[in-house]
This record gives sequence, C-alpha cells and structure tokens, in this order.
Amino acid sequence: MKVHEFQAKQIFRSYKIPVPDGDVAFDHQNATQIAKGIGKFPVVVKAQIHAGGRGKGGGVQLAHSLDEVSQHASSIIGMNLVTHQTGPEGKQVKKILVESGVNIEKELYLSLIPDRETACILVIASEAGGMDIEEVAALTPEKIIKVFINPLSGISPHHCRQVAFGLNLPASVIKEFSQILTRLYYLFVENDCSLVEINPLVITKESRVIALDAKMDFDDNAMFRHKDILEFRDLDEEDPLEVEASKYNLNYINLDGTVGNMVNGAGLAMAVMDTIKLAGAEPANFLDVGGGATAEMVEKGFKIILSDDKVKAILINIFGGILRCDILANGVVEAARKTKIKVPLVVRMEGTNVEEGRKILAESGLKLFTAVDMKDAGEKVANIAVS
Amino acid sequence: MSVFVNSDTRLLVQGITGKEGQFHTRQCVAYGTQVVGGVTPGKGGSLMDDIPVFNGVREAKEKTHANCTMIFVPPPFAADAIMEAVDAGIELIVAITEGIPVLDMMRVKHMLKGSGSRLIGPNCPGIISPGQAKIGIMPGKIHKPGGPIGVVSRSGTLTYEVVFQLTGKNIGQTTCIGIGGDPVNGTNFIDCLAAFQNDPETKGIVMVGEIGGNAEEDAADFIRSNVTKPVIGFIAGISAPPGRRMGHAGAIISGGSGTAKAKIAALKSAGVNVCENLGLMGEMCREVFGGI
Repeated sequence: MKVHEFQAKQIFRSYKIPVPDGDVAFDHQNATQIAKGIGKFPVVVKAQIHAGGRGKGGGVQLAHSLDEVSQHASSIIGMNLVTHQTGPEGKQVKKILVESGVNIEKELYLSLIPDRETACILVIASEAGGMDIEEVAALTPEKIIKVFINPLSGISPHHCRQVAFGLNLPASVIKEFSQILTRLYYLFVENDCSLVEINPLVITKESRVIALDAKMDFDDNAMFRHKDILEFRDLDEEDPLEVEASKYNLNYINLDGTVGNMVNGAGLAMAVMDTIKLAGAEPANFLDVGGGATAEMVEKGFKIILSDDKVKAILINIFGGILRCDILANGVVEAARKTKIKVPLVVRMEGTNVEEGRKILAESGLKLFTAVDMKDAGEKVANIAVS
Repeated sequence: MSVFVNSDTRLLVQGITGKEGQFHTRQCVAYGTQVVGGVTPGKGGSLMDDIPVFNGVREAKEKTHANCTMIFVPPPFAADAIMEAVDAGIELIVAITEGIPVLDMMRVKHMLKGSGSRLIGPNCPGIISPGQAKIGIMPGKIHKPGGPIGVVSRSGTLTYEVVFQLTGKNIGQTTCIGIGGDPVNGTNFIDCLAAFQNDPETKGIVMVGEIGGNAEEDAADFIRSNVTKPVIGFIAGISAPPGRRMGHAGAIISGGSGTAKAKIAALKSAGVNVCENLGLMGEMCREVFGGI
C-alpha cells in the first residue's frame, strides 16, 4: 500500500526525522494560509499523487510570494499530471503539499527495502541524490552503497558509520545522519514497510540533515496490525475496478487488452495471460480468484470482468484443487443469470469434481465454448477477440 | 525413492481443528499419509477424527515421534507457529499459509539458519511423493507414483497443471515440491535441484518459476555446474506489467529486474529446455524425457 508524500512526512515527524515545515492543501486559499504560517520564502508547492517524476511533469513549483503560492496552487490542483510512472493518461491532482524551501548544500539518496535473497533489511545510499537511483546504479554503480542489516539483531552504530563514511559526509553532520538512519530503521520495521525512500535527503548550508522528499510503501500482508496506516489509503489513486475487487478479496489487476480472464491461483493466472498473448491477443486483466474461492467470489469476479468495457471475450480457466469445479460452475451460472453477458465465454476446467462442473455448465443453457486444454482455450478465446 | 518425504514421514498438523486444517488433514489421511497428531493451543487432549490434538509442538513431537509438520495457522500467527516447530526440532516444516508479513518471514529465515529444520513454503501447496505421502493441499489423484520426474515450483495451481500434463502423457513423478510464491521462503530451487540430482530414481526435473527476484537465475547457475539430469523449465509472467504484484507477494518486476525474459534467457544459457507455451508442456516432457 502506498501513501502520499505529505502522509509519509507526517509519519517521519512522529519518528523525529526532520522534514521541512509544511502541510497539505486542497485549494489555493488553504495553500496561502499554510504559506503564511511558514512565514518565509521561497515556498515549494508539490502535487500529491502516488507517482514519481512529479517535478519533470510540472507538478512541483517554487513560489517567492503569497501571490505566487496562490497561482501555483490554482494551476497544480486540478491539473492532469503526466509522469513516467502515471502512464500516458496521467493523473488528476487533487491536493498539494505546501512547504518551506531549504538552502541545499548537498543532495543524497537514502532508502531501505527488504532484500529477498538475504532476508536482511537493505540500506541503499548514494552521493548522487536527486537523480533516478536506477540510472545511477546502471551508469555509476560505484556510487551506490549497500549495507545489509539482520532483522534479528537490528541496526547498530557500525551500520550507520559504514553508510556515513561511504557517503563522504562532513564530520559535522555524521552524528545527526546516524540518528536519522537509526530512526528510519525503526520506522521501517515497526510499520512493516516494503520501501522507505528519501530522494533527496539534503544537507543544508546550515549543516542540518533534512528529508526533502519522502516515499513509503507498506506490506499489504501486514496491514492487519497497522490500522492507523490503513487510514492513509487513498482510493482516488487506485483503479476503481481494482478497489471493487479488493472488497471481495479478489486479486485483480486491470490491463490494456481485450480478453477478460478468470483463473484460480496466481501462477496459473499469469500463465493464462501468457497463453492469451501467445495466441495473438492481449489480456484485459489479471484475476486470481484464489484457492478457497466461493461461488459468490466467482460471481463477483465475473461481474468485475463484465463491467470492463474493453473486454471482447472471456476465458475461464480453473484447475480444481481446493476450489472445486462444481462450485466454479455454479458461480459462473449465477453471475451469467444476473448480468446479461454480451461477450463470448470460453471455459476450460480440470481437476476436482470436473464431471459435476461440466454437467452444471452444459445444463445451464448458457452459450459457451468449452476448451479441452490450455492451448485450445488460448486459441479459441484469441480467435474470438481478434476477429 | 523420493526426496524430503516418503511413506515413513510422520506428520503433525498445526491448526488441525480449523476449517482448512480439518479438511486437508482428512484429504492427506485419505491419500495414505501417516498423520500422527495435531496442534491447536487450548484444544490439547481432544481428538480430531481419531487424531490426538496437543497444545504445543514440543509435546506433540515427544508423544508421537513426528518428524514433519504442516502449518495451516492464519497469517498473524503463522511465523510464530513455524518458530515453535523449529524450537521443537521438527525436521521438515511445510507452511501452507498465504499472507505472512515479509518482516516476520525474514526473522524466521535467520532463525532457521543453524537449526536442523528445513522449511518448505510459506504460501505453497506443499509437497507430495506420489503413492507415499501427500503433505499439502494439492489434489492427490492427478499425480502418478513411481517417478521418474521431480517437479519444483513457486506456484500452486500452475504445478497442478504441469503434473496433470505429465500424468496425461503417462510420465510419473518421484516428488513434487511447491516452494511457495512469497519473496522470502525456506527451501529454494537450488535445494530441490540438488536433492533431485542426488536421488537415483529421479531421472529428469521440471522447474516452474515466475517473475520477481532472481531465484531462477541462481538456479540456472547451479544447474550449469551441478545438474546432469535433463531439466525442463517454465516461467510464468512474460505478459506481466512491471511494478505490479501479480497475486503472489513475490511476483513483481521491480527496477527492471525479475523479468520473465531474463529468467528464460538464464535458463536457456544453462542448457535448460524452456517451455514457452504451457499448453505444450506435456508434449515437451514426452520429447525430452521420453527416452528415460
């Protein structure tokens, strides 16, 4: 789960990690009010969307007066911001962060992620702050510092020294930097983060260390123990069909193609998408109804696929293990009765109770195509979708 | 022969009295697995069918001489259940539970080091040595006993599909292992490849991977210098968009790494026969393993 920069900075403040003074605004009056409170210029006005590259897209502006704050606020709120992470359709900006500018001496990069190979928390730091870190890693890998922290023993001063000396920090800021890194580590583990990234972390001309940006991502599987973080979820930032699917514990991702598909199991769902592509069509979605799906979940999944206007044909591929084929068949029949299906449906079932499942579909009176195996299923549905 | 589990495996079920635990315990018993006990804190002394239930793993192990446990405990308590099994000295721990927080699993992973326990999973279908023991949630009857193929996979239903096609071509399996779809797991591809390489009855291996991480790339390096038996590989997710988590917590292309393309290239360079269309898996197995 992602949060906005202003929310991440709120969490930073609660861990005493320095961030610029500022607050979130929803209109230009709000924004000038906040700027007045800050009391000095320049002030930075930043679009709040869940995507990076906001500056390049015109979503970050510097203001030197209250008038300029008001102007920038008016132009950014409501704008359609296109960045390399939003896709070409862009994202409408509904709120901004208004905060104090700082006198930058040096920009650094600092992030924490869980490293899957070593099962350690990985600190990544670089002197090349303010740049795209993947670009830095590709062009100048020697500028990247990596320090691995064992989650059982936690962070120690030597980890901080390793990062600080690696960054060639001046002696005057090493203590403050180490304190910030230590706090960041606790913020990370206590909130089950899957990413904390500060780009840039700046050293000011006054020798202070401040997080100018803040990006946080959380482990969805751990949100049961972080009800406070869940409050930060912003449904405006999510695909409406994906939000709907999440209400029923369905794993759904909306994609660009025309073949809707419903599968049980994530790996098989991906393989089905691949099969559709190999057969010459494009998948309209990823939908894993899960191993323990009920007839109701199958029905909801079906409705979500049907409410996607791009869909020209639907493929259902179920390998009955925990999810029995008769349950699936009942779900499909129920959904088909309630929603009038306008597109052709291809079904391929195998596994537990497959005979009962096939019988239910055959006797339902539904117009559908059955496929004998995965290859057949992919080809049948692709033929329909591209014709 | 088989790897990790066989007809001598004595199984405990942690979470045996829950809905899933009960259902799958019965399925395992029906398959012929020796289920010797169960654990549900607070229900010690009772029976699930005729299986004794205990309050803790240590006591259950002492009384039943179990050497394996299967975990159906819900995600908030699952890491604790795994650690309890490690502390009790259970040799093989099979964690079915999906949705354990990554940080919990990171701690478990470090605790496993230096212990005598092997963890399979979490977020996996389990492990089956057809005809001998089924420890997990896979449908038993799609498998064909007697080998000669070992199967290892990050996915559940995708493995069933592969096994179904193998059996359809009259090719049996020694052991099928689901290592799970989480970013941090116990047993990895390399552990399974090494076990299959050392098992005299396993003559060929099917390896099913997916996008995310670099476990498949590491496996390819291992195969190049350590595996002499024929290997068929499949990677799911060639059509997956970057930056999105495809159902499994571990299935995500991040920062340009973890792509299906890179994994397929790595496997091919290690001499693995890569199947690019899952619908043709059975055909390919017959071609590659036909002479075995």
